[in-house]
Amino acid sequence: MIADREVTLTVNSERVTQRIEPRQNLVDFLREKLGLTGSHVGCEHGICGACTIRLNGMLVRGCLTLAIQAEGAEIQTIEGISDSGEIAVLQAAFLKYNALQCGFCTPAMLLTAAELLEENPSPSREEIRQYLSGNYCRCTGYQSIVDAVEDAARTMAGGSS
Amino acid sequence: MSVSKEMPLSIQDLPNSYIGRSVPRPNARRLLEGRGTYVDDIQLPRLVHVAFLRSPYAHAAIASIDVSAAQRSPGVVRVITGAEMTKHCTPWVGVLTHLKGLKSAPQYALAVDRARWQGEPVVAVVAQTRAQAEDAVALVEVAFEELIPVVDMETALDPATPVIHPDLGDNLAFERRVEAGDVNAAFATAKVVVEETFHFGRHTGVTLEPRITLADYNAGDGKLTVYMSSQAPHMTKHVLAEHLGLDEDAVRVVCSDVGGSFGIKIHTYPDEMSAAALSIMLKRPVKFVADRLESFVSDIHARDHRVKARLAVNRENRITAIEIDDLTGIGPYSVYPRTSGVEANQVVNLTGGVYDFANYRARCRVVFQNKNVMCQYRAVGHPIAFSVTEGLVDAAAGKLGMDPAEFRRRNLIADDAYPYTAASGLRFEKLSHQQSLAKALAMMDYHGLRREQTTLRESGIYRGIGLAAMIEVTNPSAAFYGVGGAHIAAQDGCTIRMDPSGGITCATGIAETGQGSETIVAQIAASAVGVPLEKVRVITGDTDTTPYGGGTWASRATGIAGEATLQAGRALRANILEVAGALLQSAPAALDIRNGAVVDANTGAERMTLADLGKIVYFRGNELPDGVRPELVATRHYAPRAYPFAFTNGIQACWLEVDIETGFVKLLKYWVVEDCGTVINPRLVDEQIRGGVVQGIGAALYEHCVYDDQGQMLNASMADYLVPMAAEMPDIEIGHIATPTAESVLGAKGAGEAGTAGAPAAVANAINDAIGVLGAKVTAIPATPRRILEALGKIDKGQ
Repeated sequence: MIADREVTLTVNSERVTQRIEPRQNLVDFLREKLGLTGSHVGCEHGICGACTIRLNGMLVRGCLTLAIQAEGAEIQTIEGISDSGEIAVLQAAFLKYNALQCGFCTPAMLLTAAELLEENPSPSREEIRQYLSGNYCRCTGYQSIVDAVEDAARTMAGGSS
Repeated sequence: MSVSKEMPLSIQDLPNSYIGRSVPRPNARRLLEGRGTYVDDIQLPRLVHVAFLRSPYAHAAIASIDVSAAQRSPGVVRVITGAEMTKHCTPWVGVLTHLKGLKSAPQYALAVDRARWQGEPVVAVVAQTRAQAEDAVALVEVAFEELIPVVDMETALDPATPVIHPDLGDNLAFERRVEAGDVNAAFATAKVVVEETFHFGRHTGVTLEPRITLADYNAGDGKLTVYMSSQAPHMTKHVLAEHLGLDEDAVRVVCSDVGGSFGIKIHTYPDEMSAAALSIMLKRPVKFVADRLESFVSDIHARDHRVKARLAVNRENRITAIEIDDLTGIGPYSVYPRTSGVEANQVVNLTGGVYDFANYRARCRVVFQNKNVMCQYRAVGHPIAFSVTEGLVDAAAGKLGMDPAEFRRRNLIADDAYPYTAASGLRFEKLSHQQSLAKALAMMDYHGLRREQTTLRESGIYRGIGLAAMIEVTNPSAAFYGVGGAHIAAQDGCTIRMDPSGGITCATGIAETGQGSETIVAQIAASAVGVPLEKVRVITGDTDTTPYGGGTWASRATGIAGEATLQAGRALRANILEVAGALLQSAPAALDIRNGAVVDANTGAERMTLADLGKIVYFRGNELPDGVRPELVATRHYAPRAYPFAFTNGIQACWLEVDIETGFVKLLKYWVVEDCGTVINPRLVDEQIRGGVVQGIGAALYEHCVYDDQGQMLNASMADYLVPMAAEMPDIEIGHIATPTAESVLGAKGAGEAGTAGAPAAVANAINDAIGVLGAKVTAIPATPRRILEALGKIDKGQ
């Protein structure tokens, strides 16, 4: 067993230093050590997307990233981007269209949708569906999520929703 | 029903009614911010974690177990085998007396002597962390002696096949036959007979949040609190108490946020029972989370049926008879306490159930095998029954040279034929097949699509239309489970309390698993009492604080708990008006409650706010007139009795394209017309239907638990087991017909399973409609590209 290591990183604008097991993945670290339980663990092999986290501005699978890889990194989770108001328009659209049921996939879905809208402010339904295909949802059937992302894009563009 | 006489307005007509309005779900906001509380988010002091060594074989004797190395592993608290576990947790047997002849063997929390499926828990290891528990599991030495596995359900009953439970005598768990009318005569005199064998693959629920249990036994007061991801808190409480040797009143089950359920999280699982037993043994909290690889081999599987079926049509182009023979494999145990006999029983009950015909013969046989257990998942039995029925109906229409929509119109039960008793014995209060069909055909521009289909074929594009008529079992009475001896409540209750703020708090026995149960209860309570929605709180999931009830399954929450909520709300409203009448020196009947205030019933003029009334009642009782004893809380329970089930009905239609070179299916559009009675929240109903349709599409096209001939599941990971993703799914347009049930004041029926019930039939029929012109037909789902190419003769079978 490799000895615990100290890592220092910034999570949702707060500087954090912790001793961790080198084998601990990033999503477990955030959930168990920092109590950031908004990132969820769905499959632990990188398929379902529920553990999606923003690391240095890029979305990563929290289950396929080791916490020690995040040394010195800037991490944002659903808690951080909710508090900052960054995804308020998307959250309002998800609420309006009921684009969530059980809510387990939702934080990751929002992070992914936010990344899409940053890259492409007016995506087609087809493009939205393609972009969200790495995030599984078992409840909604996806249509309401597509509706909500489309609506948020319109709102951000200044149109009526 | 004296209350309703005082309230001449229907529930929809009340001033400020929330019934029929698509209000957003109040509890969705915290989920959108990642502030939910799923069980894995809960950490308790002295928490330890359990992991399991599971049988790697489908069928094996356990010769010996050596746990010594595991016990020395860092962080390990306890290692326990099946033999020791029997002292702490008694086995269970999944039978119901009304499923006559259903048999099963005792199932243990950990396998004793013999493992009977790949994935059955054998040894439990408790450690300080989950990782340490898994490390130690790898050090457990079990000497398995492989036995011949019973894998193929087709040969499970052969004399040469080993018997999985020798004490039971054979591998037949359950058999049922139905014979109605003169089936032989109907087939003998038929103008057309169609015959087909249908195969339905095993699949599973894949809840995004895996199964999870956090059991916390407090030795100080002898109480066990279990935080679970579950749909049925009260039923679970009974099961835990019964098998852990506790008084039922010493057990509390708490379900907070549930990350998807779909019928998966309502059964008794050996690993979860072990976790609870270990908490009692260790006198500290124990958490078990299934990882995804465990989920695939331990969450219940669904379906796995082979149905031979035929249908007769007479000279008037009317269906006269249906005959089916269903064979289904359920794994080595009938699952407790709902049993694994219910799905096949439903197939027998439901097949043909949308059509008007009198001659019906059915047989189902349910067999044991060495695969993971099979039990009730969303739309139990329905997709089998309607895929068979609608597959035969399309075949018959084809043979008659008649348009399949027109053939359905002639044969669906007429809208004025109710009450109607089906050949299988099911009783229908009132359905709307004909109206629904007409509406669906109009929504999709059926004839326009037919023209488009014909035109495109000329350019080598093969598109198909699939229709599926269906009914759904909702609002089950005690006839479903309770009558058979299970502690599964058919009734549900709601307690509504008014606080000094003028707000109300509703506590109900149903669970919220994402479908919006709490919103539905809030809408009904707000409407019945007369308060704004934002003044309503809803409590679900905690057996200590909610009325005893069945929970959320079989599309029962809105129809049953909703009615209890309505009645409780009306009772509370009457209590409030009695106090108000005394305070305002007015007859209660001359007053009303609107938008959180007592008003003059005729003019609507405000007389006093509920907050002011609350303050007097709770803090200044001295101001109340003599003899007034306010009771600002009311509880009502409700269970349907007149009919065993409140059936809903619907028509689903699929429009898709088959690439005949690759076998890939592109879903283009999907339509549903659904009649679920009174709709409380249209958006939530539509979203239940859409989500249900997509799960049905999963079964039709992608989802399959693939086993080899040794009983090994070959695709037990999220990477290998396909589920629908956003890019492949079509937009789903939904229309409604509303035929309320007259049994309740609310008139609501369920909508949770309709989508899943009809989608496999609609998709399969659409595929066959697309490729039928090439002489090809697919009768097995999932209809994978390989199966489609085999049907087209492009590749050899089994290639």
